[in-house]
Amino acid sequence: MSTEKLTGIADCDIHPTVRTMAELEPWLSRQWIEHFRTYGALRNTQYVSGAPYHKSQPNASRRDAYPPEGGPQGSSLAFLRTQLLDQHSIGFGILNPLVQAQGVRNLAHSAALCRALNHWQAETWVANEPRLRASIVVPYEDPEASAEEIRHWAGNAAFVQVLLLSRTSFPTGNKRYWPIFGAAVEAGLPVGIHAFGNSGWPVSNVGWPSFYLEEMVGHAQTSQSGLVSLVVEGVFERWPALKVVLIESGFTWAPSLMWRLDHAFRTLRSEVPHLKLLPSEYVRRNVWWTSQPLDEPENKRYLADMFNWLGWDKIMFSSDYPHWDFDDPARVIAFPASDEDRRKFFIGNARHVYGA
Amino acid sequence: MQIDCDIHPFVPNTAALFPYMPEHWREMSVVRGIDDLHSASYPDNTPLTARADWRPASGRPATTAETIARECLDPFGSSIAICNPLYGVQTLFSEDLAYAYVRALNDWTRAQFLDPEPRLRASIVVSLDNIEMAVAEIERCAPDQRSVQILLLVGTAHPLGRRQYWPIYEAAVKHSLPVALHAGTDFRNAPTALGWPSYYLEDYFANAQAFQYQLTSFFAEGVFNKFPTLKLVLLESGWTWVPPLVWRITKYWAGLRMEVPWTDRSPAEIVRDQVRFSLQPVDGPTDPDQIRRLIDHLGSDQLLLFSTDYPHAQFEGMEMFPAGFDESLRAIIRRDAPLATYTRLAGAAA
Repeated sequence: MSTEKLTGIADCDIHPTVRTMAELEPWLSRQWIEHFRTYGALRNTQYVSGAPYHKSQPNASRRDAYPPEGGPQGSSLAFLRTQLLDQHSIGFGILNPLVQAQGVRNLAHSAALCRALNHWQAETWVANEPRLRASIVVPYEDPEASAEEIRHWAGNAAFVQVLLLSRTSFPTGNKRYWPIFGAAVEAGLPVGIHAFGNSGWPVSNVGWPSFYLEEMVGHAQTSQSGLVSLVVEGVFERWPALKVVLIESGFTWAPSLMWRLDHAFRTLRSEVPHLKLLPSEYVRRNVWWTSQPLDEPENKRYLADMFNWLGWDKIMFSSDYPHWDFDDPARVIAFPASDEDRRKFFIGNARHVYGA
Repeated sequence: MQIDCDIHPFVPNTAALFPYMPEHWREMSVVRGIDDLHSASYPDNTPLTARADWRPASGRPATTAETIARECLDPFGSSIAICNPLYGVQTLFSEDLAYAYVRALNDWTRAQFLDPEPRLRASIVVSLDNIEMAVAEIERCAPDQRSVQILLLVGTAHPLGRRQYWPIYEAAVKHSLPVALHAGTDFRNAPTALGWPSYYLEDYFANAQAFQYQLTSFFAEGVFNKFPTLKLVLLESGWTWVPPLVWRITKYWAGLRMEVPWTDRSPAEIVRDQVRFSLQPVDGPTDPDQIRRLIDHLGSDQLLLFSTDYPHAQFEGMEMFPAGFDESLRAIIRRDAPLATYTRLAGAAA
């Protein structure tokens, strides 16, 4: 089995961050600057800054990823170039900033922060590094404002997808969010749905767990609920051309989800006559996945079954740089795979989905 | 020999439980018009709640021992079947009212099903808002050896691994009773972690997420380490999601073990040692080669327990094994794995 050395790898999940929120001020009005300094950005969670479950390390990021010039991990383009793009032969990287902007309760504030964050991505990252592309962050709890944000940037080559977080306050396919999907299709952009966010509900449907470990494992289940909602509400029936990318949610659960959903659908289809295809047919047509974090079965070859069953054309490499559970492209496929499949996974699928 | 580990007697209405209730609660129910507690987890008329050929012309299915014998035990040839009543007694908010109904339900099951039909066994139903009352109910029912496990709904107020629930597991181990989680919820949380979906199909599907969260919680909190002889049985859970979940927990256990230092075995070992799953519904592919690969992923031939899920509609006709299960594995699922799980059935097997 050859292991061809690939260059120009596509990394579909990179997390740039601000040194401080003041970095966004060039694109915020005086009023929002003062507002943020006084009240912060209200979210559906308990701490002024940080997450409900404390991460395993500061900023959930690699301890070796602090830039030499200071600031948090992921805040320096120069260091990201060296430590990620050059070292791992990344030729195409997608930025998914998880900076406080989406999911802010004051919807006008959320919209202002998202607009600023999009300027910041385009003007301080993509404009200075041709290997990088940005995601349009939208204030998704205000779908009309989100659609407006998508239309504002549509056609701008710096942006290759619309970014939502997985923990929406209503199931992700709920009709209230449909303006977002419509605007994304009109702009020719995939909708990436990245794990995390603060829905206002407990992080599981059986209440708040005790541990960060459970929150991290649970991103898979939350994304399952979001995906089921997208399918069952008929989002893919309404927009057959919509591409959805599930980011950092795992994918080995997808075959089981499709079998189970088809099984339940066959019994309960009279409830959802708006679905013209089997649920699994929508999933196979409209959904892609990023790879990190890759599961760890006792026998690594079991992963090959999952790649084969879901399809090598549906899974795209992602590193999650600079987060602690980073996957190294040289080590991520630890089982036999053909050069053709590896090229799809590391390069080809992202070119197809993002038009790179 | 064949043991059916998941069948559902249906309570026709609250009046059926009145004979098993003190006068005070009977009167309270009549005065307040508490006519029915049928859970929204299984609305009466959905095609899932009762298979068409098991649905009577009027009223609910599976309301008598005779019906269960005729429609389920005889045709499938089961020597033993475990009754898991799903009447919505767990959803009551008043602890006293809830336990009036919980006790009545357990006594109704014994009198109406176990007494007339020697092939039937029952799970002990408890409500979780008051753990002392739950333990007292287990103690009350456990002396009857026909009580073979403790039944919880998978949808709960808090993840079930949390220590507030450990007295239940202590009682379970003391009486050699497995703890079962069955599909359904007490509605203390929204059906999904993203709130209330639009369709019943999504409600039903959300059980799969609840099972995954609960299994993760049992692992992380160290329930299996504290109670190494406890058996956890997941009913109507599906099982093809199990290997990917175990692999994902393993991934984060490797990175976050500092949070859960008491975990002394890997997630895969713990599932093999202490967790079992009912066969139906088979949330799997039709390709027998894929089924064989999935069984290989499970890592043990002891994990699946035969079930029909009668009268729920999970399969057509009489065949509940998809292609890919060979004869020796079917025999383990029908007999050996249930007997190893339910030690109280040992006498019945002799």
